[in-house]
Amino acid sequence: MELWTSTHGGALLAAAVLLPFVGMLLGLLLGGRQVQRVAFVFMPLGLALALAITAAWLGEGQTLVYLLGGWAPPLGIALRADGPAVAMLLTVAGVVCGIGIYARADFGTPLGVKESRAAFSYWLLLMAVWGALNLVFVSGDLFTLYVALELLTFAGVPLVCLAGGGETLRAALRYMLFALCGSVLYLLGAVLLYGGYGTLDIPLLADAVQPEPIAWAALALMTAGLLAKTALFPLHIWLPPAHGGAPAAASAVLSALVIKGSWFLVVRLWFDVMPGVVTLPSAQLLGALGAMAIVIGSVVALRQERLKLLVAYSTMAQIGYLFLMFPLAFDATGNALMHGAALSGGLLQAVSHATAKAGMFMAAGLIYAALGHDRIADLAGVARALPVSVLAFVLAGIALMGVVPSGAYLAKKLLLDAADGSGQWWWTIVLQGGAVFTAGYVVLVLVSVLRRRSAALVLVKRVSRRSEFAALALAAASLLLALAALGPVPCHLVSNPLAPKELATTVLVLVGGALLALGLSRAPLLATGRSAAGASDGRLRQAALAVGMAFEQADRLARRWPVASISLLTLAALFGGLLLVSVPK
Amino acid sequence: MNVETLFALCGCALVGIGLYGLIVQPHPLRKLVAFNIMGSGVFVLFGALAKRGAAAGMAADPVPQALLITAIVVAFAATAVTVALLLRLIESTATASLADEPPSGD
Repeated sequence: MELWTSTHGGALLAAAVLLPFVGMLLGLLLGGRQVQRVAFVFMPLGLALALAITAAWLGEGQTLVYLLGGWAPPLGIALRADGPAVAMLLTVAGVVCGIGIYARADFGTPLGVKESRAAFSYWLLLMAVWGALNLVFVSGDLFTLYVALELLTFAGVPLVCLAGGGETLRAALRYMLFALCGSVLYLLGAVLLYGGYGTLDIPLLADAVQPEPIAWAALALMTAGLLAKTALFPLHIWLPPAHGGAPAAASAVLSALVIKGSWFLVVRLWFDVMPGVVTLPSAQLLGALGAMAIVIGSVVALRQERLKLLVAYSTMAQIGYLFLMFPLAFDATGNALMHGAALSGGLLQAVSHATAKAGMFMAAGLIYAALGHDRIADLAGVARALPVSVLAFVLAGIALMGVVPSGAYLAKKLLLDAADGSGQWWWTIVLQGGAVFTAGYVVLVLVSVLRRRSAALVLVKRVSRRSEFAALALAAASLLLALAALGPVPCHLVSNPLAPKELATTVLVLVGGALLALGLSRAPLLATGRSAAGASDGRLRQAALAVGMAFEQADRLARRWPVASISLLTLAALFGGLLLVSVPK
Repeated sequence: MNVETLFALCGCALVGIGLYGLIVQPHPLRKLVAFNIMGSGVFVLFGALAKRGAAAGMAADPVPQALLITAIVVAFAATAVTVALLLRLIESTATASLADEPPSGD
């Protein structure tokens, strides 16, 4: 396999990076209502390009490479697309198109207005996020990755405050400052690597890097910095207000796509740059943070009063899932990081989360738009008024749970298989238990929207049918990923979903979720007019409420600036320490 | 101690000062200045590494300088975006506090 000469189809990679930026600049030049038209021309073009890259990658049968200007590394810069990069390119193109169709109703320039500021910014930023993500996926060296990551942050932060209120501006500023903290740590790590090995090209570096202090320091700093940008617990300081406060079409971009950029970079760093430096204990720490994110994010999600914040906390929990693959990717001896089932499972998880979470945020946004509020306690009767949006929300929830055949289901199977293979039974518990937590907040929302309403529901706005179906399509796509993923997944992992064993798991997950929702929800889940709130709660419910409150306190504490920044440094130190004490023999 | 080591140690000290500022200073503008100090520390460190000529045993390595200028532009852009956000925040809320609104008592 040749990684330092351009391959056939390599120029497509440069085009994939340039195309969205060309669209953005064109929109900036034309201005006004042309921006939206430009976006709608470039979205299908970008999707076609992503498909062309996939075809080229399949045809070539190896990593696509493009040397910019024909200069080979270490002096030149290479763009490379391996399997994971191609999968992510394709996902992002599909999700961007879905979100674009949805956003037409929210960010269309109204008739008679020459240019609306929010709409103008939204379409430009959507293109910018897309271009930056494509650059993250195909960059072949750590410095270009730094630039790509910064582009992604600069495009993502303004999306948070499109509405322009004080609360969202504050959220955007917190996001920006904390992300900058993370990126300096990343850059510091990259500088150390250059000092140690004289190159930043990924394959060259992978050959040169040794388990020694400079590599440990660089890996620890870069990992901690990237976790701050991904908002893995306890570094989620900026995520809930930013994702919960942004307009739905922007939250979908942020939650489904932007966080995947820095996550993908962690994957690159661990699997491609330093597979010989990372050790099992450090990966266990990453997995443990993921497990904590799942538990705390899900419990706090159940305690939310507003639907969009619930979905934002669900994102925090789902980010945890994305990090479970790191300890599972080690082989049974715990010495080597493998490009095996765990990596495929993790990527599949990312792809299905991208589609499902975009659909979920879009459905929540439609409910908000139609009702004029998104208080979970007042959602009664919504299922009857907005059946398509509610169906999209529930399908997305089912896709995230991973109980019936869906992308997340196969991802879970792959990860469970890896857990069996490497003898790490504790991750089996986390994987199965995580689904119960996810089921908890899906059941909570489902019960709220299905409740019968005494008075007629007043809708303040008619929602666009096209937007509803865009949300439904993305949620359904996450379920259908099961079919697309059948190829690379070994057959023995796929079983009949109606077989007694599978069915029992599904029922257990749903019952467990319902119990969690019963115990932890803010308002009593099944209360009707007769047993008014405040009536004697059972002792069990009171205990559950106390637990819920404690988790909320913990979340609030972790999201204070000094605590979060000290956690960031502590994590960097912990990663460094773990790498130091567990040097592979 | 040769001059590269001195520069590298200065860079490390700047990173430390910047980190301290980022953690303890509550005002966003001070945090931004701290970020810039920390960034400058990384740049000085990178410059010192360039002098060491890590790549091919040359007298000095030109690649870090090319990377540095890009990194400086990125840091400049980051500062500009953050200042713009901060100005908008002050315009719309008349404060520059990053703290959450006190939780509504329920």
